[in-house]
Amino acid sequence: METWYTMVNHLLPFAWTQHNFMKNALLAILLVSPIFAVMGTMVVNNKMAFFSDTIGHSALTGIAIGVLLGFQDPLWIMVIFSVLLAVAISVLKTLTDASTDTIIGAVSATMVALGIVILSRGGGFNKFSRFLVGDLLSITSNELLLLAFTLAGVILLWGVMFNKFLLVSVNPSLALSRGIPVRLVDTLFCIATAVIVTISIQWVGILIINSLLILPAAAARNISRNMRQYHVVSLLITLASGIGGLLMSYYWSTATGATIVLFAALFYLGTLLAKPRFA
Amino acid sequence: MYYTGIMQKTQRESCGLCRTKLKNFGVTIGKTEILRDIDLHIHCGELTALVGPNGAGKTTLLKAILGEISHTGELSFLDAEDCRRNPVVGYVPQRLDFDPGSPISVLDLFSACLSSRPVCLGHSRHFRERASASLAGVQAEHLLNRRLGDLSGGELQRVLLAMALDPNPDLLLLDEPVSGIDVQGKELFYDLVSNLRQHYDLSIILVSHDWSLMSRYADRIVLLDRTVQCCGTPQEVFSNEKILRAYGPSIREEVGQIPLKPQIIHSGGGVQI
Repeated sequence: METWYTMVNHLLPFAWTQHNFMKNALLAILLVSPIFAVMGTMVVNNKMAFFSDTIGHSALTGIAIGVLLGFQDPLWIMVIFSVLLAVAISVLKTLTDASTDTIIGAVSATMVALGIVILSRGGGFNKFSRFLVGDLLSITSNELLLLAFTLAGVILLWGVMFNKFLLVSVNPSLALSRGIPVRLVDTLFCIATAVIVTISIQWVGILIINSLLILPAAAARNISRNMRQYHVVSLLITLASGIGGLLMSYYWSTATGATIVLFAALFYLGTLLAKPRFA
Repeated sequence: MYYTGIMQKTQRESCGLCRTKLKNFGVTIGKTEILRDIDLHIHCGELTALVGPNGAGKTTLLKAILGEISHTGELSFLDAEDCRRNPVVGYVPQRLDFDPGSPISVLDLFSACLSSRPVCLGHSRHFRERASASLAGVQAEHLLNRRLGDLSGGELQRVLLAMALDPNPDLLLLDEPVSGIDVQGKELFYDLVSNLRQHYDLSIILVSHDWSLMSRYADRIVLLDRTVQCCGTPQEVFSNEKILRAYGPSIREEVGQIPLKPQIIHSGGGVQI
């Protein structure tokens, strides 16, 4: 961490970098951006925006279960719970004929309600509101380490599985004819999404995490013609809106996560207007 | 001329000995029996056309062979030495359901099928050339860098055919590959497919409603309606009185619309051109 601090002091001698929490937050953004960029593009490809939203919302129930079981830090309970939920949705999707939208919608609403009921028992819901809005500025160096490991995991997973994820997202029958175990790959992707969304949720916030996942990818989609452009543009937009949002939230003293999402939304709007030139 | 790409790529002549065997094959989904008692031998170097009315289970049969749907009975692939092995199956779907807005190029799709290097990192020269050669075989090399959503129906089917042929399949499954494509596109596609069996060591199963085109291109016709109703050369099947009575109107109608093969029309029972 010390090397990072001296590096920032050296390279970015501004007022806002004088605070250690800003240096931490900047590092967090540099770590989270690639994760969200590559994850988001695939979530959009798979039309799973609603799914990742549900995972985000169900984190409330994860926290609630953690609290009921008496854990101080509910992160692990949240991760386990969301993975179970992801597998359950993935199984339900293949077992029933009902539209995925309906299943996910039902699960999402139930999970939010259950979480709120448990957490609000005795009127103590306010102390959990940090999960709703998220607090990037409170990130500690241990948590940064966790993010770094997550990033390494994602890079590893993508290096091995990207092409399979891509084929399954294009067309499952085609993927199956190329010898890809579609259900397994699909479930693996659901689990990866669940883990990443849940780990990042306390810094970004339940209410906006999905926008951060979807908006850069949706923006990149407007102006790219192949996978490489798609990923490069998505990464650049995530980084730009992350750093821009962090800076502006410092000067405006607003919630960081939400400010970042607003920047991403601006990018989306811009690319939407520029789309006719690229399509 | 047109097919040099394919010919250069493969030196394997068809041996006529490998075969796909379906024995007592059936598919039941839920409580509905869709296919039953199917016994078929499909030899390499042969183009087998699967015809039949809508809902006869043609697509289901292909999906069961592909492994997408579970089946009863026996499905085995025997190679020239009579050894069982897992065949390489190429599959061209009726239409590829994909998101037309997706930023994926033809080359992306090709590389994703053939290599494990993430295509978001770009493409190696080796794969670019390999994909280009494959596409040249189906007269589609100009489509290499196009976005998948920008292709026309016929172009997309040819790209899918090129993909199904790399790596060389033992069994090629084509599920109404050219439905909704104009006549030129259809003939181009069928010409490509019927040339394949001469230059590749593979068996082809083709689902189609184009009876007249099938009588021109297929070696064998299998009439499917829940089970195999009739199986034989185009002449045998289309001159069978029983078949004509049961499925005849559709045959005559089809033939009447596109009079490409006069001999069927004569055998079809006096339909005049």
